[in-house]
Amino acid sequence: MFDDYTVTILIMMAVWSIVTLGLNVITGFAGQFNLGIGVYMGTGAYVSAMLTTQAGFGFWSAMPLAIVAAAMMGALTGLPALRVREDSLAVLTIGLVFVFESLLVYLPYFGGPVGISRIPRATFAGVPLTNNGYLVIALLALAAAIGICWYVKRSWLGLALESVREDEHATSVIGIYPARFKLYAFTIGAALAGLGGVIYTHFIRFISPYDFGFMPSIYVLVMLVFGGIGTIRGAVFGACLLTMLPELIRFVQDYRNLMYGCVLVLLMLYQPRGLLGSDSFVWLQLLRAKNSLRLFFTNGRSYAQNS
Amino acid sequence: MLKIHDATRKFGGLTAVNQVSFGVDAQEILGVIGPNGAGKTTFFNLVSGAIPLSSGQIVFNGVNTGGMAPHRIAHLGIGRTFQIVRPFGELTVLENAMAGIGSRFCTNFVRSLGLYQRRLHLDEARELLSRTHLLPYQNETARNLPLGLLRRLEIARALALRPKLILLDESFSGLSHKEAASLVDLVRELRRDGMTVLLIEHNMQITMDLCDRLVVLDRGQKIAEGLPASVRNDERVIAAYLGNDD
Repeated sequence: MFDDYTVTILIMMAVWSIVTLGLNVITGFAGQFNLGIGVYMGTGAYVSAMLTTQAGFGFWSAMPLAIVAAAMMGALTGLPALRVREDSLAVLTIGLVFVFESLLVYLPYFGGPVGISRIPRATFAGVPLTNNGYLVIALLALAAAIGICWYVKRSWLGLALESVREDEHATSVIGIYPARFKLYAFTIGAALAGLGGVIYTHFIRFISPYDFGFMPSIYVLVMLVFGGIGTIRGAVFGACLLTMLPELIRFVQDYRNLMYGCVLVLLMLYQPRGLLGSDSFVWLQLLRAKNSLRLFFTNGRSYAQNS
Repeated sequence: MLKIHDATRKFGGLTAVNQVSFGVDAQEILGVIGPNGAGKTTFFNLVSGAIPLSSGQIVFNGVNTGGMAPHRIAHLGIGRTFQIVRPFGELTVLENAMAGIGSRFCTNFVRSLGLYQRRLHLDEARELLSRTHLLPYQNETARNLPLGLLRRLEIARALALRPKLILLDESFSGLSHKEAASLVDLVRELRRDGMTVLLIEHNMQITMDLCDRLVVLDRGQKIAEGLPASVRNDERVIAAYLGNDD
């Protein structure tokens, strides 16, 4: 269907989209700073890799366990967020990701600095999947992640998370316990990032601690901020574009950090909500275009708003 | 319904609220007044659980609320607004009201997974907004609203939990004459619906007009309590506001 190169890019776009969606639940919905999303992605990846290389698990049986492990890691690292806020929390999560990376490097049990290799391919009905087949799985995982985020956003849970982001004390005064919902956000976000880690691991089939350290965590944050923090479309768009861009434009690949840095500075100055965030320039233009199209096709009759 | 026994709160060497005791009857509108720095807002924070008591007791409908977290006190039936408004700025007016309704569903994980955009809940939220005259603004983002509307939005949000007692912290300040008058009507309406209202207010005309009784705080202590007319002529109250020449 696609050549290997294209499939690789598409799968990596799906992986980073899933991880960015996870960060979006924690930072976008619930407003809890997290510069260490790599911890959860890495937990998912390592648990799945260990189970399949050493404990004889298959891809499908290792995946749920890896996701549960990542979720537990999320709940555990969410505990400090109950006491620490905003900038202190950001610094604390940087600390966590360094501890996580170092532990993986120093403990030979996890393969040390060389990591884990010869991770088996995913199988389907006993047959190892081709890259094209794996792309289907990655896209299904992405669809599931989008579905979960979509549902969370429309549930009382999602509304409570956004209330916590806006004003923690006001949230408690109307009868919602903020600590409980912060933990939910960390758990759900970490589970999603863990899913991304599992998909990553069984595609790359060789992982090292540095794949889930501080820099990858920052890249994920850049993707989220770039696309539009707090929105599902922004998370997926940012992750896809910033995964694709270095491949499309050679120049970007050589100067990846330089470009990411400049993008961040410019966005914060001129479009702090990201490219597709609510109230952002591009998104407002798209909405306007949609409305014009709608008027065009209904011969100028505007729809009655249902509210 | 609310009994306060020797409520005291110390911040380091400063006693912000000092052995304040009084009771609030059901369906009463009680005003807490006093000069700036008298400890009125600190007192409200003690009742709503935002800060714990240093000593003393606050009993609401027979339940001692000492040491309870704010969300649990809210579920007992105490709602409040803030002197410096705290709306959920990025959410719409309707979503702010929905968040208040959501507190009934956010008591456990499974219940909180319900979808909120159901007709039943939307109608309830719009009912709250229409009571507070916010319905025309339901789709506005809260942070774009002027102060007068935000004060009413905080009331709408607090009403969602169907409180028995509502604490209004200077809800009238910064409002135009007309806005204040419509808020006075709303407060009377709330009482007619069976609610008890405890309010902090600087505008003497409003407090004299609206409140059944007044409690006067000065430097953390209760210096007077009684009907508005008698409080107004109390020597200690006049001295607290104007200073005395001793």
